[in-house]
Amino acid sequence: MTNATEIVKLTAAEMGEKVRNGELSSRELVQAHLDVIEAAEPTIKAFLKVSSDEALEQADAFDKLSADEKAAMPELAGVPIAVKDMIVTKGIETTAASKILEGWVPPYDSTVVERLKAAGMPILGKTNLDEFAMGSSTEHSAFQNTANPWNTGCVPGGSGGGSAAAVAAFEAPLALGTDTGGSIRQPGAFTGTVGVKPTYGGVSRYGAIAMASSLDQIGPATRSVLDSALLYEIIGGHDLRDSTSIPAGPRPAAAAAREGARRDLKGMKVGLIREISGTGDAFEPEVTAHFNACVKMLEDMGAEVIEVSVPRIDYSLGAYYIVMPSEASSNLARYDGMRYGLRVMPPAGVPQTAANMMSATREAGFGDEVKRRIILGTYALSAGYYDAWYGSAQKVRTLIIDDFNKAFEQADVLVCPTAPTTAFEFGSKIDDPMAMYVNDIATIPANLAGLPAMSIPSGVASNGLPTGFQFVAPQQKDEVMYKAAAALEAALEDSWNGPVWQKMNTPWLDGLGA
Amino acid sequence: MAEKLMKYSEAVKKYDVVFGLETHVELCTNTKLFCPAHIEFGGEPNTQLTPVSLGLPGSLPVINQTAVDYAIKLGLALHCEINEWSQFARKNYFYPDMPRNYQISQYDKPTNGNGYLDVELEDGTVFRVPIERAHIEDDAGKNTHVGGADGRIEGADHSLVDYNRAGVPLIEIVTKPIEGAGDRAPEIAGAYMRAIRDIVRALGISEARMEHGNMRADVNVSLRHSPSDPLGTRSETKNVNSFRGIEKTMQYEIRRQAAILDDGGEILQETRHWDEASQATAGGRVKSDADDYRYFPDPDLVMLHITKEHIAEIDAQMPEMPRERRNRLQGEWGFNATEMRDIVNADALDLIEATVEAGATASGAKKWWLGELSREANAKGVSLEELSITPVEVADVEKLIADGKLNDKLAKQTVAGVLAGEGTPAEVVEKHGFKVVSDDGALEAAVVEALDANPDIVEKLKGGNMKPMGAIIGAVMRATRGQADAKAVTKIVMEKIKG
Repeated sequence: MTNATEIVKLTAAEMGEKVRNGELSSRELVQAHLDVIEAAEPTIKAFLKVSSDEALEQADAFDKLSADEKAAMPELAGVPIAVKDMIVTKGIETTAASKILEGWVPPYDSTVVERLKAAGMPILGKTNLDEFAMGSSTEHSAFQNTANPWNTGCVPGGSGGGSAAAVAAFEAPLALGTDTGGSIRQPGAFTGTVGVKPTYGGVSRYGAIAMASSLDQIGPATRSVLDSALLYEIIGGHDLRDSTSIPAGPRPAAAAAREGARRDLKGMKVGLIREISGTGDAFEPEVTAHFNACVKMLEDMGAEVIEVSVPRIDYSLGAYYIVMPSEASSNLARYDGMRYGLRVMPPAGVPQTAANMMSATREAGFGDEVKRRIILGTYALSAGYYDAWYGSAQKVRTLIIDDFNKAFEQADVLVCPTAPTTAFEFGSKIDDPMAMYVNDIATIPANLAGLPAMSIPSGVASNGLPTGFQFVAPQQKDEVMYKAAAALEAALEDSWNGPVWQKMNTPWLDGLGA
Repeated sequence: MAEKLMKYSEAVKKYDVVFGLETHVELCTNTKLFCPAHIEFGGEPNTQLTPVSLGLPGSLPVINQTAVDYAIKLGLALHCEINEWSQFARKNYFYPDMPRNYQISQYDKPTNGNGYLDVELEDGTVFRVPIERAHIEDDAGKNTHVGGADGRIEGADHSLVDYNRAGVPLIEIVTKPIEGAGDRAPEIAGAYMRAIRDIVRALGISEARMEHGNMRADVNVSLRHSPSDPLGTRSETKNVNSFRGIEKTMQYEIRRQAAILDDGGEILQETRHWDEASQATAGGRVKSDADDYRYFPDPDLVMLHITKEHIAEIDAQMPEMPRERRNRLQGEWGFNATEMRDIVNADALDLIEATVEAGATASGAKKWWLGELSREANAKGVSLEELSITPVEVADVEKLIADGKLNDKLAKQTVAGVLAGEGTPAEVVEKHGFKVVSDDGALEAAVVEALDANPDIVEKLKGGNMKPMGAIIGAVMRATRGQADAKAVTKIVMEKIKG
């Protein structure tokens, strides 16, 4: 198998299998993806940095291992991966798509990257995002816009638009993202890929550049549910370097996905979240139609579908936009020009003091959306406002958690559309922060409650853009959503005669291979 | 510009003093509070670092359990309520020595709350200092300002930052407002700080060396006309780093504020600093409502859960507290209160205890450490501990005296030899051939010679006047080059006179 196009269209699990049985080397896998990256990047612009040399070196090191050593490694050993530029990689520039970190080469690896390396997975490069993961379109990147591979005039979602677009465009079989309010799932919905936010604490945050520490979670962006499960099991599990890490191994996601692929959901109770089941004004009709069709499929596979209520979910957006900027305002205080990254000296005539240097650096180094959230958060934490804002938001959060707990007394897994719309055009919401924020209405609750959640493609709308279907599972029950999602994926692919990406035009792949 | 000061005695007569102390104690853990960076005093700048202590993007704090246990020990020693659940909070402010631009401290849920410390004053009075809290936090790095006149930031042309200290664990002990101290407020403040030092050393949780910055205090002082009045506006003098400095700061602030109030002025709520050179506090930043640290619970850390069982485990291993230990040793050694205070004030308690443990008598040990050795330490400007003689060596010298192998004079010479680095007492004795002349023949000859040379003294001795005995002993000592045993000489003289 030497045709790059054929290789890159395999699932990551299939790639891993071909590496194990000697049909493909890790180097061939890496090279095929580097070829696609070269062809696709002028259009897609998913990568901020392609680390070709490092990836090939890692692939060669893996290929040199003995058969016994390889056999002891995870199923995805030898399969390359792209990493969101919000995640620290030793020796490879990491910027969070911000000018303030431009040129910063980390002296250490994040825990997830250490685990990828231990699993023999070469790192293809660092993917684009909204600056410091603040945004829902990747348009807030300080460096470039990433195109949606389904329609290059549209955004790929955000903040992890780079990771989702890279996976959708076959530039990478797998990618890592970070999800604070939907940054893995909403881009998944916009690009027809699978995006997962694991249970809070299920994957170590050590080395994930912090936006909002109590909400941030690293997770997989893939083209299949099984690939997602396999990747999650590699990066998940306890880490002593993250105090909020759950002291247990990863959940049995891959076994659950394989079980789900048998399309038997008898005994599973699926709860439709009444408040966000696609009936409101915010939801495009086709999003709702696809959602309803999927629910029907779940029912056909034996699941019992009921309606549940999460009454305080309506307050999610409000609580989120207090908690997230508050934590972000503190987390981003360290970017001051003193120790690393950008340093801008005060203009002539202004005293050349440390305080003025910090101001000048932050003024020049942060984009508007980042400044907006720092200002919001600084205000919400101020003396005299704390109780009214941050304090109240945390109370709302507790109520939402209570609501979810009650819902999970009735249902094993909850469902709703991932995003109310399909991907929107560049520039259409960039000047209207509120419109941008509302796009995360269905993804944010899982972050507030620390729940695992997953988006899978539910169809392609008449505008040629994919829609997303979201599962939300109880804490530390990630496997439940993997099982249900794998079943739905199998049923959908059966109805489409193949994966959803067959409906996508991929002009950048033309002429590759042979 | 000298500020107007009221006479101290007048100030404390006219005004009621209320004060409070916020004491920072640096813990002597091997590693930092939130990362495994090694801690060592005096290391090369910026060598004791990890991504966490530099606050690099993506780094996360993980609590050092030893530091928490140290805090519990201190909480127990200060009779605090140790909270089952305590929480770290972020104190947000920008400063170049703060790698994250927030300090991780404890805010509304400290590990230790509500305690007290009984402080013993010079005259034996015991004063109870109420403790508000003793919370855990991490230290900042250290700025060095270069190019200015006195190392201050004013006039400097650039500054250097050393992050070795960033992340070192601290406990901040905050007193409640201390009332009713009257004119003894400065003395109580000093005694309180010394008591804290003794406790943390006894607990083994801090070196507590003020000169290394292991311990420093913020001194809050306010005055009011009468104890029934509400609290007055306070000044906060930051980072005072010597016991004397704390007492002097208190005195100065009392005198300064009294003068202002007497003139009908108002006290500014401000932070000040103690200037050793001018022996005065100087105004700094005026505190206002603008000081807003935007505290919120640190989402990177989970709440600390301290179980009753764990507290009991630590309680069972608590060493004897300094005050109890002093009382016990006083009994065992048979000293009076004044003698005991002299020992404590000379910082000789540990040394004397070790010397007694090595076999010396308490009075013998005290004689050396508070006498000859204190003089030596003073002359050299070092502490007793820093002298190059150990308690065991002092005990060895005492044993040589008790065995009659050295007399006082030779013992002093032996100690001088040890201090000069000539070796152990035995080696010094050997080297110089020190030997008490106990050969009765030679000693008797020397005594006879001395008596023959001083017939007038002999007459006086015979007449029962023992005063000139010293002159005879002196003569015998000279003749034997100091190796005679004074008691033996006296005995022979008495025999000769009677004979």
